[in-house]
Amino acid sequence: MITGLFFYLFAAITIASGLMVITARNPVHAVLFLILAFFNAAGLFVLMGAEFLAMLLVVVYVGAVAVLFLFVVMMLDIDYANMREGFQRHLPLGLIVGGILLVELLVIFAGPGTTIGVADVDLTRSNTQQLGDVIYTDYLFLFQLAGMILLVAMIGAITLTMRHREGVKRQSIALQNARTREETVALVSVENNQAPESILPNNKSESKVLR
Amino acid sequence: MDQILAILTNPMVLELMWIVVQIFAVIGPLLIAVAYLTLAERRVIGLMQLRKGPNVVGPFGLFQPFADALKLLSKETILPSGASKTVFVIAPMLTFILSLVAWAVIPFGEGLVIADVNVGILYLFAISSLGVYGVIMAGWSSNSKYPFLGAMRSAAQMISYEVSLGLVIITVIMAAGSLNLSDIVEAQRGLWFFIPLFPMFIVFFISTLAETNRAPFDLPEGESELVAGYFVEYSSMSFALFFLGEYANMILMSGMTVTLFLGGWLPPFDIAPFNWIPGPIWFAIKVALVLFVFLWVRATTPRYRYDQLMRLGWKVFLPFTLLFVAICGGVMMAFDLLPGA
Repeated sequence: MITGLFFYLFAAITIASGLMVITARNPVHAVLFLILAFFNAAGLFVLMGAEFLAMLLVVVYVGAVAVLFLFVVMMLDIDYANMREGFQRHLPLGLIVGGILLVELLVIFAGPGTTIGVADVDLTRSNTQQLGDVIYTDYLFLFQLAGMILLVAMIGAITLTMRHREGVKRQSIALQNARTREETVALVSVENNQAPESILPNNKSESKVLR
Repeated sequence: MDQILAILTNPMVLELMWIVVQIFAVIGPLLIAVAYLTLAERRVIGLMQLRKGPNVVGPFGLFQPFADALKLLSKETILPSGASKTVFVIAPMLTFILSLVAWAVIPFGEGLVIADVNVGILYLFAISSLGVYGVIMAGWSSNSKYPFLGAMRSAAQMISYEVSLGLVIITVIMAAGSLNLSDIVEAQRGLWFFIPLFPMFIVFFISTLAETNRAPFDLPEGESELVAGYFVEYSSMSFALFFLGEYANMILMSGMTVTLFLGGWLPPFDIAPFNWIPGPIWFAIKVALVLFVFLWVRATTPRYRYDQLMRLGWKVFLPFTLLFVAICGGVMMAFDLLPGA
């Protein structure tokens, strides 16, 4: 009974916060509601006995992805009036995309002649082990492929944003550590009332030693 | 009367009450530990710097934490007028709650754990990665420049160090063959993991310093640049919650270090005088030891510069831990040391 109660609690909060994500006026609040939705989805996973997936959802989505999301949204200077204008214009497009996704889900779960394939697992083992059993054996190539896609996305993002600028001062710790006494310190015996020769402006070759 | 008695003796209600009792049995000592950690910090650092530290309130200054708490409680709570009110109020609560809920899976002794879940270590990791939200929400909702800068720094820092923290945890999981914290401690019977995984132990400890925003990685609150970082605008109880949260997090991270590397509740040698002392006491001693190192580091190291911090996280720890995971797996495979295989 308690499980059922918690299911309805988590499900209700998930849906409510999902709605708030698209209706909240402030984008930062929207992201915070998104995080709440993720969190409650993790709760639903726990109720289903998929505690490993639940924890991954929290670690990956809540702990990392959503933080970066929040980061970006906070840094952006968003004009709220402009956004509302866009809402009217993009509504049909959004409805079409949402509708297609809904139909696809219905076809998968309730469509005629479709069955959801479930991998054979040994139910006596913990679900971390079950997942490992199939992912690293039967679905190894798909798993690797997913990794490759992420790698490509990562490299793409880096190449898009990386630019080499001239005149930026950088610190190379290896170079600093590799400096020796000989190239940094010069002992000069100085005459009374006279500047040492090596720091006179016309003596370029010697002044290099001093740095 | 009979009805009330019937309800109270209902097995479900009894179970619920038992859980509540367990929770208080953990939180009570924890809060006292937090209070005395603040005192210990000031005393230890004071002695290291040849000062006395707070020694006036009560014998040896032992009542100082209570004086501090009373002072904070009697201050005025201020809501900045430009703040995002709800988020501003939730942020300190979130920080404090997160620092407490993680204790549910930490085993204090054989079978002495509130929730013995199979994915305990992942739960700990998940909760510690949520800690960043308290900071970001506080910094953003204050609607003020210094808190915002502090929050940005903190977010970047915590995400960077989480990556290497995760890889270190993977090594420990490989060595123990389980995600259950009690099993991980049991796997250390005979040889604590900090001996075979010594480099990882060091990386883990440094990462926990960064994860809890402690010196030398306390850039989010670097007072010389940012006043106090993300909690500049907080006063009274909301400030106290941040403060308690930070110290509870320190104790939690020490507890995590002890569980993963220092054999949890196990005595150092399983022989007569050592195994007379019960497990929870060993656990407390080890946690106190790690906490002392936390304070020691704070007293002796200067603050890192921000680019140095990022370099250490991404260019040193990440490649090193990644390599070590591969080496560890390879060695265990080659010498047939894999647990449960």
